[in-house]
Amino acid sequence: MSVRRLAAEQPESFAFTPELEEIAKALIAKYPEGRQASAVVPLLWETQKAAGGWLPEPALRAVADRLGMAHIRVLEVATFYTMFNLAPVGKYFVQLCGTTPCMLRGSDDLKAVCQRRIGDERHVSADGTFSWLEVECLGACTNAPMVQINDDYFEDLTPENFEALLDNLAAGRPVKIGPQNGRHGSEPLGGPTALTDPALYAPKAKQDEPAAPAAAPTTGE
Amino acid sequence: MLADKDRIFTNLYGLQDFSLKGAQSRGCWDGTKAILEKGRDWIINEMKASGLRGRGGAGFSTGLKWSFMPKQSDGRPHYLVVNADESEPGTCKDREILRNDPHTLIEGCLIASFAMGAHAAYIYVRGEFIYERKRLQQAIDECYAAGLLGQNNIHDYPFDLYVHHGAGAYICGEETALLESLEGKKGMPRLKPPFPANMGLYGCPTTVNNVESIAVAPTILRRGAAWFSGIGRANNVGTKLYGISGHVNRPCVVEDAMGITFKELIEKHGGGVRGGWDNLLAIIPGGASCPVVPAEACEDLIMDFDGLRAVKSSFGTAGVLVMDKSTDIIKAIARISAFFKHESCGQCTPCREGTGWMWRVMQRMAEGRAHKREIDMLLEVTTQIEGHTICALGDAAAWPVQGLIRNFRHVIEERIDQYAANPHPEPVAAE
Repeated sequence: MSVRRLAAEQPESFAFTPELEEIAKALIAKYPEGRQASAVVPLLWETQKAAGGWLPEPALRAVADRLGMAHIRVLEVATFYTMFNLAPVGKYFVQLCGTTPCMLRGSDDLKAVCQRRIGDERHVSADGTFSWLEVECLGACTNAPMVQINDDYFEDLTPENFEALLDNLAAGRPVKIGPQNGRHGSEPLGGPTALTDPALYAPKAKQDEPAAPAAAPTTGE
Repeated sequence: MLADKDRIFTNLYGLQDFSLKGAQSRGCWDGTKAILEKGRDWIINEMKASGLRGRGGAGFSTGLKWSFMPKQSDGRPHYLVVNADESEPGTCKDREILRNDPHTLIEGCLIASFAMGAHAAYIYVRGEFIYERKRLQQAIDECYAAGLLGQNNIHDYPFDLYVHHGAGAYICGEETALLESLEGKKGMPRLKPPFPANMGLYGCPTTVNNVESIAVAPTILRRGAAWFSGIGRANNVGTKLYGISGHVNRPCVVEDAMGITFKELIEKHGGGVRGGWDNLLAIIPGGASCPVVPAEACEDLIMDFDGLRAVKSSFGTAGVLVMDKSTDIIKAIARISAFFKHESCGQCTPCREGTGWMWRVMQRMAEGRAHKREIDMLLEVTTQIEGHTICALGDAAAWPVQGLIRNFRHVIEERIDQYAANPHPEPVAAE
């Protein structure tokens, strides 16, 4: 269990923007009538984005009011789920996976990079650009070690390419999301050992419709 | 090794056309209506006959699970909930389905929901999988636009599919915690009974299935139960997504047959153990909760439910973590203890207090700052946690520690001896 508390300094108020209200409506529509509380986690997430990366206490109350929930219920949810930041984070919030599969492939070295460049965990760098946190398994173990920066995964990291990534982010240069070592996804480095039979992707003529050409498979996205 | 033509996930790596059209060219959504027309009983019987065992770790028969849903609705709606809250260290297979082959899952949701009389399904994706969630939603939107899903779809079975997400809580992968979370509460597991098939989401009959279990269903029903049950060994059949992580030359996710030997899996797909086979120390075969298997037992190890049970471990989700001889095995397991301590929901005292206690002792043992008698005490405490909690997280936290002590007690003892032989300044009492 992790103990999580609200930040000491809180803004005075929080109001739903029209955009956030639209999102709230769409989220609530996914659940049956009267079950709008189901939208609390997704709505808190969207609210966190709208509020600049963290959830101030007035925002929790606004979400509770919007969903017709008691304030304490939303406070419970916000403190239970660790993706809700209860204090400000950097413009680039680095969540570094330090669980065993990443640890075995060198996440400790990445931690040292964060410590040196950004400072202590949860500390926001002076210019507001970076903060970092060690998190539990992010579910990309075959591309370890990896970090999540804001919404995106950056995988197959080394201290060198991780530093370069942070440099590029700090300088506002474009970065490549995903594996940083040339892999496309979770296939073995150097190319797949399965799904290599071209017959698998050859256009198949349907038996009941003579010679209807199927779409040719394309590579990439 | 499984032939390419027998692989279900043909866009596992995202190298093919992602669109609905692309998925259809690879066989998705082919004759779905004809499958539904064969009826609920046929689908459930075929699933039972296929021998598919749930791919979320527990290995319960998927067809049997579906059959637990009430045959007739008593007025309450039925729900299918798909567990895509994949968060166990070492497990990263469902992510590939979500982001690269989502139509297998979407079609499976329709078929499974039909078989259980559900007209709505929710896919609960872990919060961190933001890109995966977007891709899945994109694929669902395409299906709605093509009339494959929705109230008036070409399958004549009104059906809505929704993507829901969490916000970083491993415990929500436990099915009743997932339902609590989906209802907008803290993810704390419920006492069972009542089981979800009677009282699940919103108090309605609900079945919770793993992503892979649902995603393989359409192909099984198209190609026949006999095809699926013909792969692998009796009671351990079919194809399976394996994750290979840790100290191998080329970590990857790959679909192969159940019952492949560990050696073949690692050599063929993982590029071999780093530094060669003889450099293998141990593996964690199916996610962090599975007890560690030492190298000696890996020689002829068969990767399936019974194969792993024979070496006192568990198949789990088949996310294999390989550790070579450079690994500090105590530290590796201590980090897993830290994971479970962090992820305990805090509801049951043995787990809330026990996971922290185990982690603190494990940390000391990693340094060697312990007494040998504490090893047995630690083992004793794991048995006080295991089986004494509402959900299996307590068990999951206990097993890796038990596996460590069972297989590497000598390493712990050596570490303690080493520490004792080298004088250390007494730690200051106040912390």
